[in-house]
Amino acid sequence: MTVALPIKARIALSRERFHLEVNLALPGNGISALFGPSGSGKTTLLRCLAGLERATQAYIEVAGEVWQDTAQGVFLPPHRRALGYVFQEASLFPHLSVRGNLDYGMRRVALAQRRITPVAVCAMLGIEALLDRAPQHLSGGERQRVGIARALLTSPRLLLMDEPLAALDSALKQEILPYLERLRDELDIPLVYVSHAQDEVARLADHLAVLDHGELVASGPIGETLARLDLPLAHSQDAGVVVRAQVQHFDAHYQLLSLVLPDGLTPLRIAQPQRPHGSWLRVKILARDVSLSHQHESQSSILNRLPAQVRELVPADNPAHVLVSLACAGTVLLARITRYSADHLGLAPGQQVWAQIKAVALLA
Amino acid sequence: MTAFTPRLAALALLTLAFGAQADEVQVAVASNFTAPIQAIAESFEKDTGHKLVAAYGATGQFYTQIKNGAPFEVFLAADDTTPAKLEQEGDIMPGSRFTYAVGTLALWSAKPGYVDAKGDVLKGNDYQHLSIANPKAAPYGLAATQALDKLGLTEQVKGKIVEGQNISQAYQFVSTGNAELGFVALSQIYKDGKVTSGSAWIVPANLYAPIKQDAVLLNKGKDNAAAKALVAYLKGPKAAAIIKSFGYEL
Amino acid sequence: MPLGSGDLAAIRLTLELASLTTVLLLILGTPLAWWLAQTRSRLRGVVGALVALPLVLPPTVIGFYLLLVLGPHGWVGQATQALGLGTVVFSFAGLVAGSVIYSLPFVVQPLQNAFSAIGPRPLEVAATLRASPLDCFFTVVLPLARPGFVTAAILGFAHTVGEFGVVLMIGGNIPGKTRVVSVQIFDHVEALEYAQAHWLAGAMVAFSFLVLLALYSSRGHKQVWG
Repeated sequence: MTVALPIKARIALSRERFHLEVNLALPGNGISALFGPSGSGKTTLLRCLAGLERATQAYIEVAGEVWQDTAQGVFLPPHRRALGYVFQEASLFPHLSVRGNLDYGMRRVALAQRRITPVAVCAMLGIEALLDRAPQHLSGGERQRVGIARALLTSPRLLLMDEPLAALDSALKQEILPYLERLRDELDIPLVYVSHAQDEVARLADHLAVLDHGELVASGPIGETLARLDLPLAHSQDAGVVVRAQVQHFDAHYQLLSLVLPDGLTPLRIAQPQRPHGSWLRVKILARDVSLSHQHESQSSILNRLPAQVRELVPADNPAHVLVSLACAGTVLLARITRYSADHLGLAPGQQVWAQIKAVALLA
Repeated sequence: MTAFTPRLAALALLTLAFGAQADEVQVAVASNFTAPIQAIAESFEKDTGHKLVAAYGATGQFYTQIKNGAPFEVFLAADDTTPAKLEQEGDIMPGSRFTYAVGTLALWSAKPGYVDAKGDVLKGNDYQHLSIANPKAAPYGLAATQALDKLGLTEQVKGKIVEGQNISQAYQFVSTGNAELGFVALSQIYKDGKVTSGSAWIVPANLYAPIKQDAVLLNKGKDNAAAKALVAYLKGPKAAAIIKSFGYEL
Repeated sequence: MPLGSGDLAAIRLTLELASLTTVLLLILGTPLAWWLAQTRSRLRGVVGALVALPLVLPPTVIGFYLLLVLGPHGWVGQATQALGLGTVVFSFAGLVAGSVIYSLPFVVQPLQNAFSAIGPRPLEVAATLRASPLDCFFTVVLPLARPGFVTAAILGFAHTVGEFGVVLMIGGNIPGKTRVVSVQIFDHVEALEYAQAHWLAGAMVAFSFLVLLALYSSRGHKQVWG
């Protein structure tokens, strides 16, 4: 990936009973998730980026190009912004075939500016067989893939997705997610992805911006941001951290894959099939799957026991629980344990403990 | 139209709803006779104590309505053929048909001084439209075509003729200036012995067959004293004076 | 031959009038309907009400005012005279002008409904696919509103064919120029020529029924927004 210019967005917008005021910088590559409960303003922010919503005051810069600057009276209308937009419902044109839908945006981009070919996009999204079908005869997942392909074929400088999976059931979600991961890994286009589903965010995002009541609550790399105890994210049932780890070894006898955590030393063994040596994986470790002890208990069925240092303890939403943030193997882990255990262990910041990881979910 | 017409119409509706009363007479009146009948009604009601309820419309439509059971007791038509037809078909009191007025045809313009005393303006070519009533449906329209024939102008004015469906519309085309000239009923532009606006030529009676307007006592009115009183009143001197003052002959 | 040459001339004239009126109405009505469907202006209500006015006004009212406004003393009449066009009362052009006003809501309202039914989303999609608003109008809005155009054209045409009052007021009943079928029927009835009236009137009933049948049958399939 080349060094990409960041996306800058300073946006203020007032509606009846809703106020959005955000000053945001997002990386110029990878997937940035805009996360927050419904009504937090994340879709409005996305629409402002696209110019579909006209902010009262705004400065928007993408890839070094100013799309909007109310102070200078600059407003590029949506059709003059080099963006791709994927709506929650695919919103394919019903009067055009799949091919017609794909061509619609592509034909409107000058030949010299086209960087993505239909063949490549169709292959990437697995829609080669659908080209002559009418949108009405596609499944929800197929429609969404066509919608994404259509947006990509305008060779955008920025891809915006507004909860593209929210309208799909979980089976269809699983069908689409791998395609989104391919986009992230194979295309050099920054993607801003609106979602209120933590699992999607954890799986896809590199950067996380959290919105609440029209304000930016946090913005940072996914690993750090998910682990921040001051954010509501860490307090949900599915709270956890996302860690990037490198494949080091595969134990064929026990069918265990060994990864190295970000400190470059600590191994993490997971029950997964073989992967190429040296490849990078994303794993998610849920707070509720991490327990703590003072001793290194070798007489246990738990596979991964890692030395860690307590950073911080905060009460959880449930009065019986506390959340513990740990520094471990060059990353941050979260543990959700009972308040009783915390007191019993006498946990305090700075203390050395053993983190026992009961389960690790492989994200990619 | 005067201000009390809506009231009359409302009365007519009420009467239709509650049934005719003995001292009231329901009259169907040809549109061209609207103003005279209102004047006559006033005098008639004062002199006899009966009440006159008038409906105004086209003679052909009244014919259809009467044939289909409309509650009219006296019919003042704009022609003589429709009442004759009703007589033949047995819809009137036998022998009750009489001519209550003879219409006079006038060539009229809304512009003062436009129409000369001999009607020579017709022969000229500086007008675009000549308004007449539909000759198939309206007696004044028929009279207008007869007069044009006698004057030998039929071919010359052919491209200029515009037709109103009735004599009121023919008048309207001229009064709004859309037609410079038109054949109208003298009664439409005449009051108290003179032309009230614009300029007019009273077409000599020898140029067209008399426009006889006949009245009949309909079967529905044969037992109504008010209806009979009205028929008698129309033949009397007071009514005659009023009718003449509106530009009709007798 | 049950229909006389006068009847045939009236039929031809009526079809010409209705065709021309429909074409003009589609041209004028499309931007008007689009504006009504899209605008948030306060004038929307006023303009919408004005467009709908011919629905509730008796044709005689429209005809009467047209007679005054288009006539030599009316402001439109003054303007047409100043342009050397004379006045359009008693002419085919006058009937077209009257019919356009009279049938306006029958074209504008189906179009407005069709445009409103499209909703904002397809326009936003088109914008994000680099289509300018005008481009989007021709490549997305018009195709999606096609059923509305069919309805508008049919209603505008049929309503103009059925027009009577306005023509009566401003036409002058000139054969071949302003004597349309409905007036011809009225003439036949007034002249007690019931046989001819029946032939023409029957043809009108059959025509109107077929038009409405076509309209109601074509409403069966509607496009679904994918």
